[in-house]
Amino acid sequence: MQLNEIWFLIVGFLFIGYFVLDGFDFGVGMALPFLGKDDTDRRVLINAIGPVWDLNETWVIVAGASLFAAFPEWYASLFSGFYLPLLLILAALIMRGVAFEYRGKGHTIGADEKKWKSRFDLMIVVGSALPALLWGVAFANIVQGVPLNKEHVYTGTLFTLLNPYGLLGGLVTLTLFFTHGLIFITLKTDGDIKDRARALATKVGVITTVLAAVFLVWTLIAHFSVLGFILTALAALSLIAALLANHLKREGISFSLLVVTIITAVGSLFAALFPNVFPSSTNPAFSLTIDNASSSEYTLTVMTWVAVVMIPLVLIYQGWTYWVFRKRVSRKSIPAGSH
Amino acid sequence: MHSAIPAVLTELSALDLSRWQFGLTTVYHFLFVPLTIGMVVLVAILQTVWVRTNDEKFLKLTKLFGKIFLINFAMGVVTGIVQEFQFGMNWSDYSRFVGDVFGAPLAMEGLLAFFFEATFIGLWIFGWDRLPKKVHLATIWMTVLGVWLSAYFILAANAFMQNPVGYQINEVKNRAELVDIGAVLTNIVAMNQFPHTVTASFMFAGAVIVAVGAYHLKRKQFVEPMRTATRFGLWTVLLGGIGTVITGDGLGLAMVQTQPMKMAAAEALYNTASGADASFSIFTLGTPDGVSELFSVRIPYLLSFLSTHTLNGTVEGLNNLQAQYVQLYGPGNYMPVLWITYWAFRWMIGLGMLSALVAVTGLLITRKWKYNLPNWVWNVAIWAVPLPLLGISVGWMFTEMGRQPWIVFKLMKTANAVSPGINGVDVLISLIVFTLIYGVLAVVEFKLLVAAAQKGVEEQAVSEDSDKMAVAY
Ligand code: HDD
Ligand code: HEM
Ligand code: HEM
Repeated sequence: MQLNEIWFLIVGFLFIGYFVLDGFDFGVGMALPFLGKDDTDRRVLINAIGPVWDLNETWVIVAGASLFAAFPEWYASLFSGFYLPLLLILAALIMRGVAFEYRGKGHTIGADEKKWKSRFDLMIVVGSALPALLWGVAFANIVQGVPLNKEHVYTGTLFTLLNPYGLLGGLVTLTLFFTHGLIFITLKTDGDIKDRARALATKVGVITTVLAAVFLVWTLIAHFSVLGFILTALAALSLIAALLANHLKREGISFSLLVVTIITAVGSLFAALFPNVFPSSTNPAFSLTIDNASSSEYTLTVMTWVAVVMIPLVLIYQGWTYWVFRKRVSRKSIPAGSH
Repeated sequence: MHSAIPAVLTELSALDLSRWQFGLTTVYHFLFVPLTIGMVVLVAILQTVWVRTNDEKFLKLTKLFGKIFLINFAMGVVTGIVQEFQFGMNWSDYSRFVGDVFGAPLAMEGLLAFFFEATFIGLWIFGWDRLPKKVHLATIWMTVLGVWLSAYFILAANAFMQNPVGYQINEVKNRAELVDIGAVLTNIVAMNQFPHTVTASFMFAGAVIVAVGAYHLKRKQFVEPMRTATRFGLWTVLLGGIGTVITGDGLGLAMVQTQPMKMAAAEALYNTASGADASFSIFTLGTPDGVSELFSVRIPYLLSFLSTHTLNGTVEGLNNLQAQYVQLYGPGNYMPVLWITYWAFRWMIGLGMLSALVAVTGLLITRKWKYNLPNWVWNVAIWAVPLPLLGISVGWMFTEMGRQPWIVFKLMKTANAVSPGINGVDVLISLIVFTLIYGVLAVVEFKLLVAAAQKGVEEQAVSEDSDKMAVAY
């Protein structure tokens, strides 16, 4: 296997890691207005992801930087081409991150606590739903191909990206991450909120299944490959099985199956892409591929060493964090009279 | 689709706006980073003392400054993501040209430092009741390691722009390619920037601690812990200041060696000078270009000493270098904007030294734990807090604007680096969005920081019911 193929896999791995991990953070954020009946409930939800959302978000930073190092042409064309959607994602991530940190601190500066919190809660909801939607739109468009000229410069506008396939992709990630978050809540909380999350997960899950089925079949028809077919089938099966497990109150199994769904679904997109990385809809000859977009052999070698040493280590210490914080959060964990 | 847009807007320059945006967002990001770099160590030290001595006072201080650290850290994180994306969004031709080299330290920063930082800070925040005391202490030291590593890698990336090394130009692909990662990571500029940035960051973190201490001592509250904090902070500012001067000297030498134009610009030195003529002007009335100098205070030999460490060294002048560069790189103006570099260099040093002076005075008058001081003394200590931060900001403006017109010194001009696919309207939108969000957040964050500082230390309830999951939000 060539180094640029390995890096295609590593970049895919990092984005999949990002969607698996920050995906449930987005879902929990979106669940606030549905499950958070009062402030204590909302704090239960936020604290369920409290210790981990920041490190989950870091996956996208690392994925972006790795893209820069391994496929500079791809990074350059993609990030400048998707300028406005990325701006929205950045704005959303800023709002979400700040809101987690600051929503409980309004009383320290004498703000009207209710208003303060509801404003930041809105920021969490929007800051979660917007990226969940836009990442799907972005990835669907990458797979489908966008207008790139000979210099690999994007020549479309924001509206070019809002085509049916792109929008459908966005709705799939939106609902999929919502389901993922809800099932995470059943896994990480206790009490009444857990039951409500389970019930809602079933409903949202059904919508997800329908949308995802259409989207994945569409992808498969447009970019058939054997691997793609296997991954798509696995994604569909595990999604349905996850919903069943959720219904049977086996939240551990349900969550694991949903992780498999995200891995295989995003994996099928990367499979549909390969060996392109950013196909041009203007002229296939203008497409960026793993060959014309990648870094030099030397850079890839250096970076491979770094990745091979660091990624297992990262997985170990992040795994340990999840282990340390394995306890469920419930209303009892929120000290009375605190903010 | 932009046909419906008025002509004023279509003529907006994506280049100029991108420069404004990059400058704005980076300066903003770097308002938070120094406090992170410095404070994380100071908090770790306070916590270590607590674990060692079991003195409750240090636990209280750890919690207080830990809280201040975290309010600030959140801003550093969210603004950092913007930085990471902007290279591709606004400077895609830059990314294409140097990505092979420049991307490597950035990706290493992510894999080695950012993951580390984000994970261990989470463990520290939420781990107070869940981890054994010593393990919990270890998590803050791990965070220190992560923060410092990230600072090193980003500075190595920046140093490549100041002094490109370890690369080769690939003519076919028309890009710079990495040939020696060791050279990039041991770039002489990075090796000097890192200690200089870190010591300057200590000055600011120390100044924050002093200000908090002074605020409470003025009101005679929490006297016992705040005395300790104030002295601790004062020493940090002073030692940081000394370190900043020593490392700044090293950085100056590296700069003369790698970017002589920048040193000439720092001094607005038009003609090559040596010995006593290579004087350092502390202050100039009139224009610094020497054409209409009315009055100036000059220290003979100092510029020679700063640039070469000898008294009779020669410092190349702007005219000379300009002529050389025209020969080497073709016609064009190779001088940065002189009034900016000239004054930024002086303000960097001046603001920092003023802060160190406040610290020395403070250490002298609070000797033997004398704290019955008039209010205005405490007020000086409180209001001195922005000095190092301003010094740091103008120092960076000097560094970055002194590199102009290059984005990568000698290799690529800023004007050729901007994304070809974006237009002025897009960048105007993003500039407005960032300005608005950043503006609002600055106000909120400032208020929260001040509130946390004014609240002071809190009684620490001894380890409660271990069944209570640590909640921080
Ligand atoms: C409180 C802050 C502070 C203080 C007191 C000083 N500096 Fe500084 N300086 C910085 C904060 C700073 C900085 C903001 O941190 C910079 C920007 C880039 C860097 O690495 O550090 C910087 C850059 C910088 C550069 C530019 C390097 C380049 O462009 O490649 C030089 C030559 C110096 N410094 C030299 C000095 C000297 C000789 C000082 C004292 C006598 C000094 N600095 C005090
Ligand atoms: C954190 C401290 C930094 C500050 C305050 C800072 C500040 C600035 C400012 C004010 C500009 C605008 C200069 C001009 O257009 O005239 C600029 C430009 C730029 N800086 Fe920095 N910078 C910092 C660090 C970095 C680092 C670490 C990098 C790279 C890793 C970097 C890369 C750039 C780039 C790409 C530009 C845009 C092109 C240009 O105008 O030269 N900067 N920066
Ligand atoms: C213009 C170039 C820069 C880029 C691309 C950049 C990127 C980033 C990113 C992505 C983060 C968030 C990390 C996280 O989620 O944990 C961050 C935070 C941080 N950056 Fe920057 N940064 C820049 C300038 C600088 C410089 C010059 C330094 C150091 C000298 C620096 C030091 C840090 C540190 C220490 C943090 C973590 C602490 C905090 O969040 O406050 N950055 N930066």
